[in-house]
Amino acid sequence: MEKEKHHIVPYKVYFFILIALITLTFMSIGITKINVGEYSVLGALIFSTIKSVLVLTWFMHLKFDQPFLRYMVSFVALVFFVVIFITFLDYYFR
Amino acid sequence: MQTAVQIPHDVSYLDYKGKYRGIFSWIFSTDHKRIGLLYMYSMMSLFLVGVMLGLAMKLELIAPGRTIMGPQAYNAVFTVHGVIMIFMIVIPGLPAVFGNFMLPIMIGAKDVAFPKLNLLSWYIYVLGALLVISSVLFGNGIPDTGWTFYAPYSFKTGTNLLPAIFGAFVLGFSSILTGLNFIVTIHRMRCPGMTWFKMPLFPWTLYGTAWIQLLATPVVGITLVLVALERIFGIGVFDPALGGDPILYQHLFWIYSHPAVYVMILPAMGAISEIIPTFSQKHIFGYKAIIASTLAIAFVGYFVWGHHMFTSGMSGTAQYTFSILTFIVAIPSAIKVFNWISTMHQGSINPDIPFLWAVTFIFVFMIGGFSGLVLGALATNVYVHDTAFVVAHFHFIVFGGVGFAFFGAIHYWFPKMFGRMYDKVWAKVGWAFFTIGFLTLYSPMFYLGMMGMPRRYYDYLPEFHAANILSTLGSWVMTFGLLIIIINLFRSARNGAIAPMNPWNGKTLEWTVPSPPPVENFDEVPVYGEKDGPYEY
Amino acid sequence: MEHVTQHSEPHYDQEASKLGMWLFIFTELLLFGGLFIVYSIYRFLNPVAFEMAGHELNMTIGAINTIILLVSSMTIAMSTSALQKKDKKLTVYLLVITIILAIVFLINKYFEWGVKFDHGIWPGSEHLINDMGKGEILFFGLYFVMTGLHALHIIIGMIVIIVALNKVQKGTVNADRPSLLENAGLYWHLVDLIWIFLFPLFYLIH
Repeated sequence: MEKEKHHIVPYKVYFFILIALITLTFMSIGITKINVGEYSVLGALIFSTIKSVLVLTWFMHLKFDQPFLRYMVSFVALVFFVVIFITFLDYYFR
Repeated sequence: MQTAVQIPHDVSYLDYKGKYRGIFSWIFSTDHKRIGLLYMYSMMSLFLVGVMLGLAMKLELIAPGRTIMGPQAYNAVFTVHGVIMIFMIVIPGLPAVFGNFMLPIMIGAKDVAFPKLNLLSWYIYVLGALLVISSVLFGNGIPDTGWTFYAPYSFKTGTNLLPAIFGAFVLGFSSILTGLNFIVTIHRMRCPGMTWFKMPLFPWTLYGTAWIQLLATPVVGITLVLVALERIFGIGVFDPALGGDPILYQHLFWIYSHPAVYVMILPAMGAISEIIPTFSQKHIFGYKAIIASTLAIAFVGYFVWGHHMFTSGMSGTAQYTFSILTFIVAIPSAIKVFNWISTMHQGSINPDIPFLWAVTFIFVFMIGGFSGLVLGALATNVYVHDTAFVVAHFHFIVFGGVGFAFFGAIHYWFPKMFGRMYDKVWAKVGWAFFTIGFLTLYSPMFYLGMMGMPRRYYDYLPEFHAANILSTLGSWVMTFGLLIIIINLFRSARNGAIAPMNPWNGKTLEWTVPSPPPVENFDEVPVYGEKDGPYEY
Repeated sequence: MEHVTQHSEPHYDQEASKLGMWLFIFTELLLFGGLFIVYSIYRFLNPVAFEMAGHELNMTIGAINTIILLVSSMTIAMSTSALQKKDKKLTVYLLVITIILAIVFLINKYFEWGVKFDHGIWPGSEHLINDMGKGEILFFGLYFVMTGLHALHIIIGMIVIIVALNKVQKGTVNADRPSLLENAGLYWHLVDLIWIFLFPLFYLIH
């Protein structure tokens, strides 16, 4: 049975990620003041995506885990987005 | 922390006496082999109920007009028939029985990754089944929406839908946990030297299937929750009066239920991929191509769901996108058929029972598949949608596919599982009656559908009478064959001739352990060397 | 083919445990994913109604709840490092903070929903059905279902964390057997991830 070398993430790394997340949160609130019309959803989703990548990579340890976990997460995200995209092919073109 | 219990290596899993006695030694067992059998016995009981409902429908349809039941009862019968057959039989199907029993042995492990979770999966299965059955026995009326629970009727019907929906949700959980267990098992517990590309094909199909179980099932789970909430609170998600779109229900439902058919068929194909090389005494043709096809079917299969909805009111863009993708997903299945036939070519064929099932599997699966192309093409779909043609298609491909593969698998692995051989004459007789009955039952439905007979109707026009009589007769012949098969297997499990370790000269790991296997499968962990691999003849 | 002698020791495979937890997380993502599909379609079809209805929600409370969950994700992530460093006291302390933050989140939610109920807005309410347009009915239906399901997962997550906390205190979860705490952390981050998407989609529509 192999023993993987266990990397211990320093506390301050987690703290800095939190600061980044809070900053992004305030930024996402801030852009609601700017009128970008139909791109407001896209803007919100971009901020959420960046925040989730931070949570996945550092808080959920994906950066320090075996690569296949990252591939699995990406695969799941891909399947989900393709499903939404195809569903929109119905509603967008009705 | 517990100390390890020393489990004797010379006692079969059937004879092993552990902490519990009698029935408890079964229903509290975390041994994957016993859990596989628990699934098999519960599924068989539910299957017989489903068969009787099917026979009832065929009896109603033996003549136009009311024969034994009226329209409301008929709607209830086809609903419960579908819910049982889909959610309790073909979706758990081969993974629950043969996946549980054979996967660890085939990869050289002593059990699955999470044995207690495995037992919990079975408990959840039983709970789900009981919930669905309760919807039949109690309440305001047996669910009559069809197993597809389409909105808006599913939230308007006065029948007892909530327990059925809740039961289906719970059954989904069982499916998810089994898939989760198998993925971890395959990733972490292959024996030393068994790389991914030395793993046999049945585990590969279980792997692809497990991913579908994991990713698709939650979508139908939440959809059923939404229907329940619609019934209870009227939230409006599927109710046009409140702004909802019933077609969105169909999208969500089929986003699961189409991948679900690949959950059904991939392990079935995996079993065929095990049987054919053994009974051709030849290495499987195109091992990697079959793996690639398996994964391709699993992946592309996520994106074709709209072919169930061509006439629903979707946009034209969606229609042709789904149609193209549907044709694409047929290609890997065809590749598998070519590879199976190529394996047999110039092989040393042993035309024993499992091989007979495998060959007839290919035959009925192809008929089902070709009829699927008719349904996948937009112009022809409009013509045959919601007719008996569709009923024929899915019975050929699902019952023909999963059913024939299941019978093939049970006749293949029976000697290993029970240490006895079944009576081969009766097995052949059962196979013959079943196959002839099956073809007689379902083939007329293609014709009837093209002639315009709708599905899910208890009545039909007089010109459809003759074909319906033939179909109903087929149902009796098939059931007769089914009974012969089941009785033969039951009797042989007790009284059959003692089976050797490797009756078929198979080359995968399950044939290297005693029949039946000891509790921990292997005396010593097998190690695959450079030259070792499955199907090395 | 050779054989090796089997070790019969109790089976503990940390990687298997982690993989199993991730696979379970995938199912949760798709469960909520289904709801996000419904949301995205209906927002696409009813942009104005969704925006109007969105104004009824309190952005400040939403933002506070967002910060609360982000901080709680940090504290539970830190607790896994603390466990690895064999600092049991700090591990416990961080887990307690995580749980408290979760409780505050739920209290906020309770008041938020309470305000809605006071205004006559709940799934299937007369005010909702009779006085509001279809897009708004859908918005609030989705609001209650999605934040409700999310709150249910907060409760489940709290229970899991409490169990982990208990075992850390007893010593059965430690630097050599950290799986339960790490998996509890993964589950908690999942709950945070879902909220990261819920917040802008419900509270930041402009």
